Formats: sequence, C-alpha cells, structure tokens
Amino acid sequence: MWESIKSWFDPRELRSVGTPPDYRFSLANERTFLAWLRTGLALVAGGLAAAQFLPPLRLAHLREALAIALLLLGAAVSIRAVDHWARTERAMRLNEELPASRFPAVLALIVAIGSLLLVAVLLGGAG
Amino acid sequence: MTRDPGLQPERTRLAWRRTLLTLTAVLLLQLRQAFTGRVLDALLTGAALLVWLAVLVVTWHRATGAGPRRFDSWSVPLTALGAAGLAVLGVAHVLGGVQ
Repeated sequence: MWESIKSWFDPRELRSVGTPPDYRFSLANERTFLAWLRTGLALVAGGLAAAQFLPPLRLAHLREALAIALLLLGAAVSIRAVDHWARTERAMRLNEELPASRFPAVLALIVAIGSLLLVAVLLGGAG
Repeated sequence: MTRDPGLQPERTRLAWRRTLLTLTAVLLLQLRQAFTGRVLDALLTGAALLVWLAVLVVTWHRATGAGPRRFDSWSVPLTALGAAGLAVLGVAHVLGGVQ
C-alpha cells in the first residue's frame, strides 16, 4: 500500500514506464480525477452541513454519526480518485486496458441505502 | 503544435477552477466553526485554511501559463490529500462538538 502511495508522488516513476500518451488523454484523465474530487468534496460539504444545520435527532448522536459517515465517505472518494488516476495514467503509458473498478457501483449503493435508511428514521418519528 | 479542436487545456483549466470553487464552499462551512470560542475549533479551522491555500497554489500552477500542457503528477495527489485532510478536520470538528 505504501508503495502505491509513494508512486502517486513520484513523477519520475510514473513517467519512467511505457511511452507518454497523447497529452489530451492525460488531460482527460486529470479532468476525470477532478470530477471525482468534486464528488468527494460534495460529500464532505454534506457532512459539515449535517453537523451544523440539522437539529438534534431523536436517536442519540444520529446527527453526528451521519455527519461523520458522509465525511469519511468523502475522504475515501478523494483517496480512491488519486489511486484510479495514477493507475489509469500507468495503463495508458503501457498501452494496456484501462483499470476496471467496482467503486462507482459501491458508492452509488452506499448513498442509496443510506438515503433509504434516513427516510425510514425520519418517517419513524425522529422529526 | 496545432490548435486542439477539443480545447482540452482550457477544459482542464476550468475543471481545476470548478474544483477550487467546491473546495471554497467546504472552507466556508469550516469557517462557521471557527467562532465557537473553543481553541480546538479555531485551530481546526486554521488548518482547513492552510489546506485551502495549498490547493489554491496548486490550482494557480495548474490553471495558468503552460501548466496544463505539461504532465506533472504532484499536483493531483496533493489536491486529493488536501480534500481528504479537510474531511478529517471535519470529523475532528464533529467529534469535538459531541457532548
């Protein structure tokens, strides 16, 4: 794991493999990364907003738990975004297939299940 | 270099600016926590401000001049770790506020 974290920060290593792709593809990869980062930041903002603007819910500390879950999810999305960016750049330089990922589907399921649970809690009389 | 019909460098510049804008929204939410009168909250908000300034410098580097034409890998991980750092600061804010 530390090896991959180190590789994110080592331009020489990322540049040493394969051949440079068309710069437009690198830029597209960078934009995809930035779009994921905005998704992560939106989750972080949602977590902060939940902590600051929700009234205390009937279930003890549900508000804090919700805020922390959103914040951690935002952090996970950000870290995963940079990992996927590095692996995509590497694959393009080696002319390999782009990395496949379950992450978008997992994230969508987590958000959907979390939202449904909250609806259940709110209908259950927390409000 | 022929003009890129897809305007990729321009689109990348705009993507960086959009991301900084989102980060600014997060920073504004963090700033609301700075005035609770508690030292912890002020320190956490100060750290969030430093993260924002770091990403501002990265965005400036990436979004001006010849930045987007050159591949460089440090600006991407630095920005991602900054976003993750803001999330961790937010967790500390929330945990610090639980009575």
